[in-house]
Amino acid sequence: MTDTLSEHADPGLHSGEPLIEMKDVGKTYGAIRALKGINLTVRAGEVTCVLGDNGAGKSTLIKIMAGLHPHNEGTMKVDGKEVSFGSPRESLDHGIATVYQDLAVVSLMEVWRNFFLGSELTSGKGPFATLRIADMKRIADEELRKMGVVVKDINQPIGTLSGGQRQCVAIARAVYFGARVLILDEPTAALGVKQSGVVLKYTAAARDAGLGVVFITHNPHHAYLVGNHFVILKLGQAVLDKKRADVGLDELTRQMAGGDELTELSHELQK
Amino acid sequence: MSQTTTTPPSAPAEASNRVTLGWSNRLLARPEVGALVAAIVIFIFFLVVAPAFRSPASFFTVLYQSSTIGIVAVAVGMLMIGGEFDLSAGVIVTTAGLVNAMFCYQLGINLIVGAVLSLVFSLLIGFLNGYLVVRTGIPSFLITLGTFFVLQGANLGVTKLVTGSVSTPNINQMAGYGTLDAIFASSFKIGSVTVEITVIWWFLFVALSAFILQRTRIGNWIYAVGGNADSARAVGVPVKAVKIGLFMTVSFLGWFIGMHTLYKFDTLQAGNGIGNEFLYIIAAVVGGTLLTGGFGNAIGVAIGAFIFGMTSLCIVYAGWDPNWFRAFLGVMLLLAVMVNLYVKRLSTARKVG
Repeated sequence: MTDTLSEHADPGLHSGEPLIEMKDVGKTYGAIRALKGINLTVRAGEVTCVLGDNGAGKSTLIKIMAGLHPHNEGTMKVDGKEVSFGSPRESLDHGIATVYQDLAVVSLMEVWRNFFLGSELTSGKGPFATLRIADMKRIADEELRKMGVVVKDINQPIGTLSGGQRQCVAIARAVYFGARVLILDEPTAALGVKQSGVVLKYTAAARDAGLGVVFITHNPHHAYLVGNHFVILKLGQAVLDKKRADVGLDELTRQMAGGDELTELSHELQK
Repeated sequence: MSQTTTTPPSAPAEASNRVTLGWSNRLLARPEVGALVAAIVIFIFFLVVAPAFRSPASFFTVLYQSSTIGIVAVAVGMLMIGGEFDLSAGVIVTTAGLVNAMFCYQLGINLIVGAVLSLVFSLLIGFLNGYLVVRTGIPSFLITLGTFFVLQGANLGVTKLVTGSVSTPNINQMAGYGTLDAIFASSFKIGSVTVEITVIWWFLFVALSAFILQRTRIGNWIYAVGGNADSARAVGVPVKAVKIGLFMTVSFLGWFIGMHTLYKFDTLQAGNGIGNEFLYIIAAVVGGTLLTGGFGNAIGVAIGAFIFGMTSLCIVYAGWDPNWFRAFLGVMLLLAVMVNLYVKRLSTARKVG
């Protein structure tokens, strides 16, 4: 299951080495402050979990790293160099690949076309260079088999795969094309228990292959299964930032459920 | 990467509950199949009821009629696969011809210069359509409805201002006419059959479009942009450039047919072309293109245009009142939309829980 990962993972990755460093990063949309004072380090070979309720600023944080919106406060360094991404292409060129929960794939397109979308293999140069269709089908099929996604027909539209399989195709694609940092946006949110398991196993495999993984979720149980470092966001700020050794599942769950606010609420309700 | 023999333990369970589509479903899931069946049925129907249709000559007349719509429909189909619309495609044809004719006639310049100028102008309109759509995020239906009205008005207004009437002067005595006429509006004989050159051009453009859509990276991007622009953008597809390029392709082929119309009739009515944008869209939709984008192909669009050409002429061949033609076209469109909906459901239905 990890063949694809270990083969394609960048051999220059050293576990523990910081890949993305964010310092006091903030983002405002007009008068609205979406994110403030975020300090986050994504290290190779570690899963950094970002937890938070709806509207906590998780999506904004991803969008900054993925190049969809540039940040406007603080600094972000990738491999030690300060960057500010203007487009997803720039982010991809830095080895940062993002897998979105609902828009990971183009459902009407074939599995193999999705696998190679944006990085098609062509023979020759120029706009009319022909696609190496046979090669792409073969590689996509092989890579997917290696991770346990067996598609009956590599030519079937990817919309016919299950949600978990689609996530896996998207993750495999990112890794195959040399991602060093993998951002997973709520990968398990819409999935059943078994499907989530497949995705989590694959997340752990990516970590073990030396990639830096950012795992965005609102499910502390899933996060605790794979995470090395936990950050909880609330109203655009980090309210918890701890290593796995310093935090238990109970505390994560309690913080996610509302933490002190919840305690207060329970007091109020008991009166 | 080279061997695929090891199958992980989780795979069999996943595979066992998947349902395989039968060959008939697979065939139905191709965009052009519905149109092909319809084309064959209509073809046989008119062979029976319209004796005048039963000759190679009328078949090639039908092909010519189809090509005049089909050439622009090639681009409109690609644009619709890319998830956008162009309502200005019909009047761009006339605008292109008018620019060429009036510019050259008034200033006494070689027609070839005017044709190039007209090409640049048309591409600019396409660029503007595309740029406004990707820049503002306003649906292309509205943006191109706007340019449609602007061009429609300007075609008439400018023509009247320049020539004093609503048609352009005859240009067939001007320098460069022979070359352009040969390229855009000539015909040749094969035996007793006259073949219009636009038929050849149409086949070429369909082949090129089919090649681009299926065999090139740009084609892949067009499907992705129409199917899910956000995920296409996330994997690095230049969504905006693709869309602008598609709008410019429409205006390029619009210009091409504009040139054909001008050099075929040597003079142009400024009010021409209105309503044709719908014919292009109908050809594309009847050919299996999804209105919402991401699905369709060039062959389907060509068959859609052929159905248009066949019915518009065969109604005359059959001796019926040609006014019924549009009613027939409407019925075809409705049927096609329903078939498309069914096909889309079939091809995206999830087989695994």
